Amino acid sequence: MQAPHLTLTGIRKSFGGARALECAGLELHRGAVTALIGENGAGKSTLVKILSGVHQPDEGEILLDGKPVRIADPVHARRLGIAVVHQECLVFDNLSVAENLFVNAQPATRGFVRAREMRERASVVLRDLDADFDAGTPAGALSIAQKHVVQIARALVDQTRVLILDEPTASLSRRECTELFRIVRKLRAAGCALLFISHKFDEIFEIADRYAVFRDGSSVGAGVLADVNHDELIRLMVGRPVAQLFPKVATTVGSELLRVDHLSRTGEFADISFSLRRGEIVGIYGLVGAGRTELAQVLFGINRADAGTFTLAADAAAAGIALVPEDRQSQGGILAFSVAANIALPNLATLAPRGLCSHRAEADLARQWIDRLEIKAQGPAQTVQNLSGGNQQKVVIAKWLARKPAVLILDEPTKGIDVGAKAAVHAVTSEYVKAGNGVIMISSDLPEILGMSDRVLVMRRGRLRGEFSRAAATSELLLRAASEA
Amino acid sequence: MKTTSFLRWESMLAVVVVLEFVLFSSVSPYFFSVDTLSDASFNFTERALVALPLALLIIAGEIDISVAAIIALASVAMGLGAAQGVGTPGLALIGLGTGLLAGSINGALVTIGRVPSIVATIGTMTLFRGAAYAVLGDRVLKQYPESFAAFGQGYLAGPISIELGLFVMFALLFAVFLHHTRWGRAIYAIGANPVASRFAGVAVNRYRFALFALTGLFSGLAAVLLTSRLGSTRPSIAQGWELEIISIVILGGVSVWGGKGSILGVVLAALVFGLVTFGLGLMNIPGIVMSIFIGLLLILVVAVPALLGRR
Amino acid sequence: MSATARRWSESARRDLTLAALALVLFGAVTCAFPGFAAPGNLAGLLDDTAILIMLALGQMLVILVRGIDLSIAANLALCGMLAALFNRALPGAGVVPVLALSLASGAILGAFNGLLVWKLRLPPIVVTLGTMSIYRGAIYLLSKGAWVNENEMTRGFLAFTRASFLGLSTLSWLALGFAAAFIFALRRLRVARDMYAAGGNPEAAAYAGIDAGRMQFIAYTICGAIAGLCGYLWVARFAVAYTDIALGFELQVIAACLIGGVAIAGGKGSAIGVLIGCLFLGIIRSSLPLVGISAFWQMFINGAVILIAVLLSARSRVHPRSILETPRP
Repeated sequence: MQAPHLTLTGIRKSFGGARALECAGLELHRGAVTALIGENGAGKSTLVKILSGVHQPDEGEILLDGKPVRIADPVHARRLGIAVVHQECLVFDNLSVAENLFVNAQPATRGFVRAREMRERASVVLRDLDADFDAGTPAGALSIAQKHVVQIARALVDQTRVLILDEPTASLSRRECTELFRIVRKLRAAGCALLFISHKFDEIFEIADRYAVFRDGSSVGAGVLADVNHDELIRLMVGRPVAQLFPKVATTVGSELLRVDHLSRTGEFADISFSLRRGEIVGIYGLVGAGRTELAQVLFGINRADAGTFTLAADAAAAGIALVPEDRQSQGGILAFSVAANIALPNLATLAPRGLCSHRAEADLARQWIDRLEIKAQGPAQTVQNLSGGNQQKVVIAKWLARKPAVLILDEPTKGIDVGAKAAVHAVTSEYVKAGNGVIMISSDLPEILGMSDRVLVMRRGRLRGEFSRAAATSELLLRAASEA
Repeated sequence: MKTTSFLRWESMLAVVVVLEFVLFSSVSPYFFSVDTLSDASFNFTERALVALPLALLIIAGEIDISVAAIIALASVAMGLGAAQGVGTPGLALIGLGTGLLAGSINGALVTIGRVPSIVATIGTMTLFRGAAYAVLGDRVLKQYPESFAAFGQGYLAGPISIELGLFVMFALLFAVFLHHTRWGRAIYAIGANPVASRFAGVAVNRYRFALFALTGLFSGLAAVLLTSRLGSTRPSIAQGWELEIISIVILGGVSVWGGKGSILGVVLAALVFGLVTFGLGLMNIPGIVMSIFIGLLLILVVAVPALLGRR
Repeated sequence: MSATARRWSESARRDLTLAALALVLFGAVTCAFPGFAAPGNLAGLLDDTAILIMLALGQMLVILVRGIDLSIAANLALCGMLAALFNRALPGAGVVPVLALSLASGAILGAFNGLLVWKLRLPPIVVTLGTMSIYRGAIYLLSKGAWVNENEMTRGFLAFTRASFLGLSTLSWLALGFAAAFIFALRRLRVARDMYAAGGNPEAAAYAGIDAGRMQFIAYTICGAIAGLCGYLWVARFAVAYTDIALGFELQVIAACLIGGVAIAGGKGSAIGVLIGCLFLGIIRSSLPLVGISAFWQMFINGAVILIAVLLSARSRVHPRSILETPRP
């Protein structure tokens, strides 16, 4: 076995008080695809940022071909031959494809770009990748899959030796995935060391040769993929048998609370029908782009449906529907505000019925919830920005629970938070549902969905692809329903 | 919101006010008299009245550069009304109404038209001021009824002018509104994070529209006071005031990125500004040189925190 | 979409639409007033619009990198006064030193804006609002409020802008030359392409090693230099220098850019579009007296045109608006 091309050992990185990486290590071999697996918040994206020069590790060592190296900034990373294909397309929409490939590195004479040469070199690379667009196309006109290809092409232009693909298939169709894998195999054959970050096991087993598992900021396992199976990987990811994490609280399921009837919103989802009963947790599983968040936003009222209806039971109409959104930092809470101010914001109508705010009432309310959810904060006045991810999420949940809605929609509620906080969130959810309310839980975390839901709905590309009862649902069934074309 | 850094800024402004008193009193013997100070108040009350709602607007993350143009438009509207023989109450209504309408146009452009507020108000600034010029050309309108002068030139009690009284009253109202009501809280939230505010159920666009309309209304009020004080209208009235009013707001500690600021700060900043302009006026420094100070002040107010590394 | 159709990018299509509109406008005016299309009149039109064209090209660079320059007119006026005073003090020096002085002083004033925006990350709107009044006030300090009149200017100083080649004044040729240079440079110069990148996606630009702030500094300096040069040109053309010249002109310049398709959010804009935008405004301005509308309507019409232009471009935008154009720190 060849010596690894890139080795990281003992990497430690903290942001403020939060420890993102504890003792992380990774080995990337030439001519091999290594899958980096881990739950959200396990530290994968921090590692990628360190490799691409955006952050510096607090401790630890990086060896490139056996020699220690310090990756100072993104430009340096590029020079070392490390390139990243990001999930969000860091592509210049206002420039042509050729210009994108040669940003800040255009072939030029005395400051003037040699445009024809640039276009030709770009065309060569695009041809190599069998791209279905040409170098002169404005990048803004490309689809996301094509923009990924542009990013890969840019990496090739730079003679990349380490290519990191961060959740590249998140928004791709089956056919586009196949195309991407073809390119990946080509790069592998050419001797590139590839790091493939994903949590879709079928793809990992299809394309990767090796694996590395992260959990809570540390590496917990690595090796040849052929030596392990699905369950072992999950066990490494989660750290304990799945059943233990999500103690299912028994509830009596009551009358219908919410009925959704052929709900559609053009371009996002179509013909969604289901019902939610009191005391029930309905999980919605699906891959990125399935339309779950869009559905949640329509139910909550941020956007309007184009067709279909949804109705709450008559006695629940006043209590309404609340949504804990997916992006905790930009949608869920106002980081600059205190805990009390955040919890108060959707509840101002009850806290300040005649308009005048009472800091005491808000502080009292905040203290109540700090206790109930065990939020680790110095007090109601602490700024939310300084809390850990898990505690921030608890504040977001608290502010909606304080409204006492009839239906609570949770969109990826435990993404990126530590296990302890996760358990607390699940406990609160179960308690809430036991009181006769309903919960819709959107999650990409299979163990979580399987553990918490009474029923699981699967969405794919905007449509409902399956409904499974608690007893019948398994990871394989859900995955298959979510990813089959 | 309410943090110690906010108090530090306001305290600093208060210190500046005191320093100004000391400085100007030593330069000019006339400075420290009740009558002089009462006269000085006219220097800032009209601008400060517009600074109040503009502060709310900037805290909510928007900006309005057209305030001075709205003043001009409202003044022209009133002048035309006066020429038609409209009486004082009617003129005041015309002024306020024009301001409200103009502000609503700004609000509509930003909320319904989805135009960024900077560009929208550059456009309306040109449009409104242009309308004033188009209607008046190089004429001056002077036929205001005698009673009209009471707004801008009248006194409530002793040395306290009607303008000053209005300003104090509104400053208190705005302070209570912004710092102690749920609508004020919503404004801070919108400025800090409009997306999260929307997700928290705040009707963000409705607030934005209302704030633009309010700013227009108060610009109309300022127009009533200013026109009444000057007794005449030209299309160039209040030229350059947008810079001064924005300077007052930013000097008052309101962050251009939104989400931070206080009414107390704006009031103190208005005092600083008024005293500076009045004092410089006493020293016979022409207005255009004063504007150099204002420009420098504006830049310093945003540069110093940046230099000190805090935001 | 075929490859060739795709190549007619959104910007080219917009320029074409704008050109068509301008032609329609021109045609309408000429129909009503055939004398409008006379070569002499057209030359006069270009001469009137020349300074606007040059300033708008400079402003375009600044808007391209997500900035804005409200001080451009004050810069022009200050440098114009400097040029006039220099000429009065050293009449024997000739035109070349005057040109150099104007360019240099304008560049310094622009660079000051650029430094504040780059190094201190101050919002461009606040910086240029401030420098606008500082520069304007500085004119008063320099000249003590007095005017510099025609009889105090040398023949060479005045003649430069008016000398005529092939029916067009030097001023017009300068404007055309600038336009041609910009059209070429914006497509071919590395630093210009990097500016487009920095304005279009500053995050991605950082990954590629482009310092967006430095691009802004360069843009402000160039814009300032152009404003400085135009200061001399303005003073020479109108044969007078005083504190209030070009007062409010920055709005016309920005209007021309917006009409010309420059996106306020940065990263998009073409020199051709700006050129057509300026001509559009110029046609409107010179047709007003023909139609019997007083010049006092000029500002109002500018405002209406700005609003129409931004409303149309806002409708086609999908992502959230940029407030004050400065990304949060």
